[in-house]
Amino acid sequence: MLQIMEGSHAVAEAAKLCRPEVVSAYPITPQTHIVERLAEMVADGELDAEYLCVDSELSALSVCIGSSAAGSRVYSATSSQGLMLMAEVVFNVAGMRQPIVMSIANRALGAPLSIWNDQQDSISLRDAGWFHLYGEDVQEMTDQHFIAYKAAEQHDVLLPGFVCFDGFILSHTYEPVDIPSQEEIDAFLPPYVPYNKLDAKAPISMGMYATPDYYMEFRYETDQALQRAGDAISAAGKEFGEMFGRDYSGHTESYRMDDADVAFVALGSICGTVKDAIDEMRADGIKAGLVKIRTFRPFPAAELAKALAGVPKVAVLEKNISLGSAMKGAVGPEVKDALTGTAIEVYSYVIGLGGRDIRKKDIRAIAALAEKGVGNMFYGLRTEVL
Amino acid sequence: MVDKSLELFDCGHRACGGCGPAMLARLMLKGTGEDVIVVASTGCMEVFSTPYPETAWKVPWIHSLFENAAAVASGVEASLKHNNRTEKVVCICGDGATFDIGMLCISGAFERGHDITYICYDNEAYMNTGIQRSGATPYDASTTTSPAGKKSMGNSLPKKDMPQILNAHGASYVATASVAYPMDVMKKVEKAVNTPGACYLQVHTPCSTGWGFDGSKTIEIGKQAIECGLWVNYEMEYGELKASKKVRRVPVDGYLKAQKRFRHLFKPQPVTEEIAKIQAIADANAAKYGIDIQLNE
Amino acid sequence: MALRIGCAAAPGRAQDNKTGSWRVFMPVVDMEKCILCGTCILSCPETSVSEKDGQILFDLDFCKGCGVCANECRAEAITMIQEEK
Ligand SMILES: Cc1ncc(C[n+]2csc(CCOP(=O)(O)OP(=O)(O)O)c2C)c(N)n1
Ligand code: SF4
Ligand code: SF4
Ligand code: SF4
Ligand SMILES: [Mg+2]
Repeated sequence: MLQIMEGSHAVAEAAKLCRPEVVSAYPITPQTHIVERLAEMVADGELDAEYLCVDSELSALSVCIGSSAAGSRVYSATSSQGLMLMAEVVFNVAGMRQPIVMSIANRALGAPLSIWNDQQDSISLRDAGWFHLYGEDVQEMTDQHFIAYKAAEQHDVLLPGFVCFDGFILSHTYEPVDIPSQEEIDAFLPPYVPYNKLDAKAPISMGMYATPDYYMEFRYETDQALQRAGDAISAAGKEFGEMFGRDYSGHTESYRMDDADVAFVALGSICGTVKDAIDEMRADGIKAGLVKIRTFRPFPAAELAKALAGVPKVAVLEKNISLGSAMKGAVGPEVKDALTGTAIEVYSYVIGLGGRDIRKKDIRAIAALAEKGVGNMFYGLRTEVL
Repeated sequence: MVDKSLELFDCGHRACGGCGPAMLARLMLKGTGEDVIVVASTGCMEVFSTPYPETAWKVPWIHSLFENAAAVASGVEASLKHNNRTEKVVCICGDGATFDIGMLCISGAFERGHDITYICYDNEAYMNTGIQRSGATPYDASTTTSPAGKKSMGNSLPKKDMPQILNAHGASYVATASVAYPMDVMKKVEKAVNTPGACYLQVHTPCSTGWGFDGSKTIEIGKQAIECGLWVNYEMEYGELKASKKVRRVPVDGYLKAQKRFRHLFKPQPVTEEIAKIQAIADANAAKYGIDIQLNE
Repeated sequence: MALRIGCAAAPGRAQDNKTGSWRVFMPVVDMEKCILCGTCILSCPETSVSEKDGQILFDLDFCKGCGVCANECRAEAITMIQEEK
């Protein structure tokens, strides 16, 4: 049944339906409505979980490690500065192979301080060993939580995952959303069965240190598991589709890509604007298309290469800046790498940082730049204030 | 009752000979018994006891980072509570992990009042990284980041009063101990794990490598620290002093002279005013905790 | 336990590392002097001292020869002797 709901509240509903035993998070705009709603649910007895009001994001995710290692399904959520404060723990969780799911309400990173949206926070932690899912709208980001837990907890995966969605743009927007029932989610997502856990009846040591004789192999195994997470996400997305009619088996999603002359590649809510712009361009005879990246880690290189095959120009829309890099955006080089051996030209466009609006006409203008072979640049700078 | 014969810390670990923290690992598990989950911080003990795949821990053990053991333990405890499990949750962390970098997570955990026991093995510096100063390093000790020199008498700051900080958090049981008194350690660990709420135990664990004394003297040095009043063994419940170990106090000189980290106070000649300042610290401890055995007693 | 699931292991392998090889001096007990107080057993950081049938025994596979036991023995029953290897 469709309900009109704020994005954050839909995420909180999804988290609740996954039956976490421990919730530990620290408030930060624009994630706050999620954790407030979960606190209410616990206070009202709607959710039977230990809700820990912690001192910081460092503690928030560290608590999750402890609970997860003890065998509980856990949930957390953060944004921006909070994610950076917990960065050391983020890497640690993956190495410890704890299948924690954390929502990221994407927000810019200071300095300068900005509470508004871009994707610098999660993109900056792309090498941490978590899988990254990006939602385009409230429905998708809600559903991705169910898929994330299911994939993370597979015993051939056992890795944590981010569910990322644009702060304010999605977290604070009311949209119609179908929230599955508890029975339906229970059927989709069985209780968490840890592969191993802290248990006095069968003691193990977790998080030991590794000498040079072992360290590389641990990193290799984590990478292998993250590759397998791709398959698990696909499988869970397919099963979800069969049960709920919304299929997420693809790591990417193509929009009007047939015979496209220029293809956009983008993550998150911007895809809505891009689709609208593409409709207008197509009406005007400009053959544009979009390949949306839903799973950014593991990077769906093969799927992207297939989706982009035969397109002359690719414009990667980047809500992040890899400062000092040649292409400027962090996603562009990976897209380019996926297309190695083809004649396809790939350009990055850094747009929408720190909440800067992105309009349909901007998308159109970027298509024109790509056609001309101009890219790897900031788009939409207010040069008058420079 | 403590079972002294229970051995839950395996031999084969890589601590230096005569390592105080290694003694504590063993004693601590005699105090907790088998029904326990141990949370460790990065540091000497973690490194010497768990080079993959050789773990010395025969009880469940987890290490995440240097600074977050109290938060990890909070999470473990929350999970156990949710599932009505009986294991005790015990942190074992170095003084650096406790006095300095772990303060945030510790403060949060004690404020929330988790049913955990946090044990600090206090070897009074960052030993694992090469004997750098911590907030637990005593006044005038020479470390690699507070070296004695022409213009330095070593560490210029007094040892932080960590137990009082935790008392201020409302900890139900706060105590100090020393590996020099093994029975006392075991009893206090047992008491702490059986006291509901967050408890703190700070155990003096002399480190021959970092302090500069022969590994055979670990216990002897620990006793000297207590006999001169620079280390006090006491127990507090809800911030109230319940007991302290009484001694016939001796001057601090002997304790200081026995360790290379204080050598600059005596060579080439004794720096009497600095030694007097350290004596004053011991005197203040004695007054504060009432450790002096009175002649008429 | 495989590397596949993170840096975790079950106990049992620590004893692969025979720390006895570090030893320079070896503890030797004189049972004539020993009063079986148990101090050496409790003080050893290597869990290498035990008592069986009234005898104090050292596990030389692991004893590092630190000398704590000898230093703490009130009865002066333990001496550290240079080991011939
Ligand atoms: C965030 C972070 N900073 C610094 C370090 C380096 N480091 C590892 S152990 C350690 C010192 C540990 O000191 P302590 O807690 O007293 O334990 P000890 O080694 O003395 O037993 C330091 C500084 C680290 N691992 N992580
Ligand atoms: S340096 Fe000190 S604490 Fe570390 S293993 Fe050696 S004796 Fe123990
Ligand atoms: S410490 Fe000495 S007297 Fe006591 S048991 Fe050991 S050897 Fe015997
Ligand atoms: S010399 Fe050290 S290691 Fe060997 S038995 Fe004595 S105390 Fe234990
Ligand atoms: Mg230390």
